[in-house]
Amino acid sequence: MSETEENLPSERETAHEGAVVKAENPFADPGLPPHEHRVQDTDERAAKRSERAVAFLFLVSMLATVAFIASYVAIPIDKIVYIFPLGHISALNFALGLTLGVALFCIGAGAVHWARTLMSDEEVADERHPIAAAPEVKAKVLADFADGARESQFGRRKLIRNTMFGALALVPLSGVVLLRDLGPLPEKKLRTTGWKKGIRLVNQSTNLPLRPEDIAVGSLTFAKPEGLEESDEEFNEKIAKDALMLVRIQPQNIKDKQELAWSHEGIVAYSKICTHVGCPISLYEQQTHHVLCPCHQSTFDLSDGGRVIFGPAGHALPQLHITVKDGFLEAASGFAEPVGPSFWERG
Amino acid sequence: MSNETTATTARRGQAPRGERIADWADGRLGIYSLAKANMRKIFPDHWSFMLGEVALYSFIIIILTGVYLTLFFHPSMAEVTYHGSYVPMHGIKMTQAFESTLHISFDVRGGLLIRQIHHWAALVFLAAMMVHMMRVFFTGAFRKPREVNWLFGFLLFVLGMFTGFTGYSLPDDLLSGTGVRFIEGVILAMPLIGSYLQMFIFGGEFPGHDIIPRFFTIHVLLLPGIMLGLLVAHLILVIYHKHTQFPGAGKTNNNVVGMPLLPVYMAKAGGFFFLVFGVIAVIAAVASINPVWAIGPYRPDQVSTGAQPDWYMGFAEGLVRVMPGWEWNFWGHTINFGVLIPILVFPLVLVAIAVYPFVESWVRGDKREHHILDRPRNVPTRTAFGVAWLVAYFVMLIGGGNDLWATHFHLSINSITWFVRIAFFVGPVLAFIATKRICLGLQRRDKDKVLHGRESGIIKRLPHGEFIEVHEPLNQEQLHFLTQHEQPEPVELGPEVDENGVRRKLKRSQKLRAKLSKGYYGEDNVIPKPTVEEYKEITSGHGHH
Repeated sequence: MSETEENLPSERETAHEGAVVKAENPFADPGLPPHEHRVQDTDERAAKRSERAVAFLFLVSMLATVAFIASYVAIPIDKIVYIFPLGHISALNFALGLTLGVALFCIGAGAVHWARTLMSDEEVADERHPIAAAPEVKAKVLADFADGARESQFGRRKLIRNTMFGALALVPLSGVVLLRDLGPLPEKKLRTTGWKKGIRLVNQSTNLPLRPEDIAVGSLTFAKPEGLEESDEEFNEKIAKDALMLVRIQPQNIKDKQELAWSHEGIVAYSKICTHVGCPISLYEQQTHHVLCPCHQSTFDLSDGGRVIFGPAGHALPQLHITVKDGFLEAASGFAEPVGPSFWERG
Repeated sequence: MSNETTATTARRGQAPRGERIADWADGRLGIYSLAKANMRKIFPDHWSFMLGEVALYSFIIIILTGVYLTLFFHPSMAEVTYHGSYVPMHGIKMTQAFESTLHISFDVRGGLLIRQIHHWAALVFLAAMMVHMMRVFFTGAFRKPREVNWLFGFLLFVLGMFTGFTGYSLPDDLLSGTGVRFIEGVILAMPLIGSYLQMFIFGGEFPGHDIIPRFFTIHVLLLPGIMLGLLVAHLILVIYHKHTQFPGAGKTNNNVVGMPLLPVYMAKAGGFFFLVFGVIAVIAAVASINPVWAIGPYRPDQVSTGAQPDWYMGFAEGLVRVMPGWEWNFWGHTINFGVLIPILVFPLVLVAIAVYPFVESWVRGDKREHHILDRPRNVPTRTAFGVAWLVAYFVMLIGGGNDLWATHFHLSINSITWFVRIAFFVGPVLAFIATKRICLGLQRRDKDKVLHGRESGIIKRLPHGEFIEVHEPLNQEQLHFLTQHEQPEPVELGPEVDENGVRRKLKRSQKLRAKLSKGYYGEDNVIPKPTVEEYKEITSGHGHH
């Protein structure tokens, strides 16, 4: 207290001067306003009340930690309780979170209340000093640097300098080379899928080969190539390219000639992988034959060659040429173009 | 050495234990000199200075909870069949990453809580950094000597986004896997190197078995390591520069007015950490986040509707959603502008705000240090630029959630997309104009207050029947507050011809600078603040209302 008192007179003086200055400059800085005492500074009973409030908060925190440990021990992890308005929730998660929250919050609230009511709230001023060094310091540093540079003979012995730069420039190449085995080269991987002539279409949900009569008008069926099983080691990599969607459209409603030629009795098969960034397309509008990708809302017209009619996709959905053999749907050939998002070599 | 020993011997038994420990540490670490400069360091007080603290504390919370999560999480894409305690998932094939996330949520007591605190704290962290950045921006706290610290903060924000994204991807649930697929599409869209990069990053075809372990290392080691370094540097610079302060009585560019670190800010800031942690813990207790058991494991041929990234990726998501699907095919190559342009615009918009301090100091031609904060109204062009930037950001956030806007408000998704496409360009311009006008209006009001006083709300009837409102003159403190700001002169190009009558050659950059400077400080872009003469003339009695 006495120390801050010592600091104050200079401020008070400015305040006084300010009053004098006001005659000439009414906008002048009046200096720091005098400190206003809180009730806790003057009334010890109020200070005691604050002390008790802080101690109470710390006490609540202690109790909450005990409650946390008790909940951890007592509440079974799979217990579900109904708590309004949260609904049916995990009792343990709720109890642990709430007790931990209270335990932490009360420490914080206690500390802040202590600072606000009992610790000195007198504002004091500290001086700032320029960040930049004084000219003498700068001169000394530059001279030191010049000495060091001269002593190293770096500027004089060009051969050393140039070979050192060469060595330092080359050595990171080792690090770059080491990254080569992060993955294989792309080769034809992005252009090929598991579909080729004679591969049957298998229903994703029933795992049975599809017959034309399985595809009803207005329905959306997902298919995969026969032989691809969920248990396969590379199932995800394969289904990421092979996933297919089938719809049946009245043949007279198919606008695109090639689409009609590649269809069977109005059944058309399209890649399910969006040509934008590869999300699986899953929303089908029966009346318009539009499909919508739920990720970025690219919309394709399945009755018109899978043309993009809205959204950020850049090209039509690839169609799979299908036919029927022995009563089952099968691919008449592989995809004519790469499926999924476009890439530099796609062409 | 011998002196030290004698001194210690002489005082043996007298020095308290704490002091002896401090002596020991000082002899090795020099803590007394460090404490001399910092223990009673003065920090100014303002609610907005707490925003950065929220960011700092949520970062600490993320690290604490993240370390706990690594004890149970298996960053592996090996396929397993689930047999754990969450019955609805029994028999379903999933990766170990997803299985261990279920294990943390259903079998580790408190695991779900820590997972939810971790995720909520990440959302708070990014939001706090963003709001903190806006505080610094609109008050001009980024000016010399703090430009470098602005860049550190900016990098923390950007790295925070990527740390968040990689963490979001780790559980390998249907939602996060879809996000990773999106990244694959983005990588493929890069001209020339796209398909090579994709193969190298994923270790083969999407999704492969490497991406989760690789993201794990990036998420728990690489990015947080860099961020921790940047964070420490950020804080050291805050202490070294001393905190900025708002203008007011007794506050100058050469002082810092406030309360000392010990004890006030130790208690306030230390306590605030517990407040932030406590609030996030309660949120995690009552609000579920990323319930992966309801979403299911990732499969490349499945997706759910309403797929959304975490909010901080919403801006990038919006750009990708509303970009028209332009694609070029030539000479056997494809450029996918539909994806390429958004991922170029995304960093450009961020960089625009990152380099702003350097642009402004160049336009203003000012080399001095600034420690007194600007009131946003007093720098209308900067404020307008900031608001325009925010409008662009939030318009894209709408774009990123266009499906949710459509379903919640029964709107056409196509109309929303078109609205966003147009508003992204028009919105910022309108916001710029409107903000500038509002700032100038507020400046006029300030001027009016200085010259004519504050409207008191008291109506007085004069003897001859006229009604007037009584204006109360401001006190000196208020007058100072409203007039302390500087109004710099715009940078001039100088005469068109030199002393010999020859046309001076002006660089294009010089002309641009003069033009911009006029846009900042020219007569149409600032209301001249009242002068002492104006004030005296009005207050001396011949004043007119």
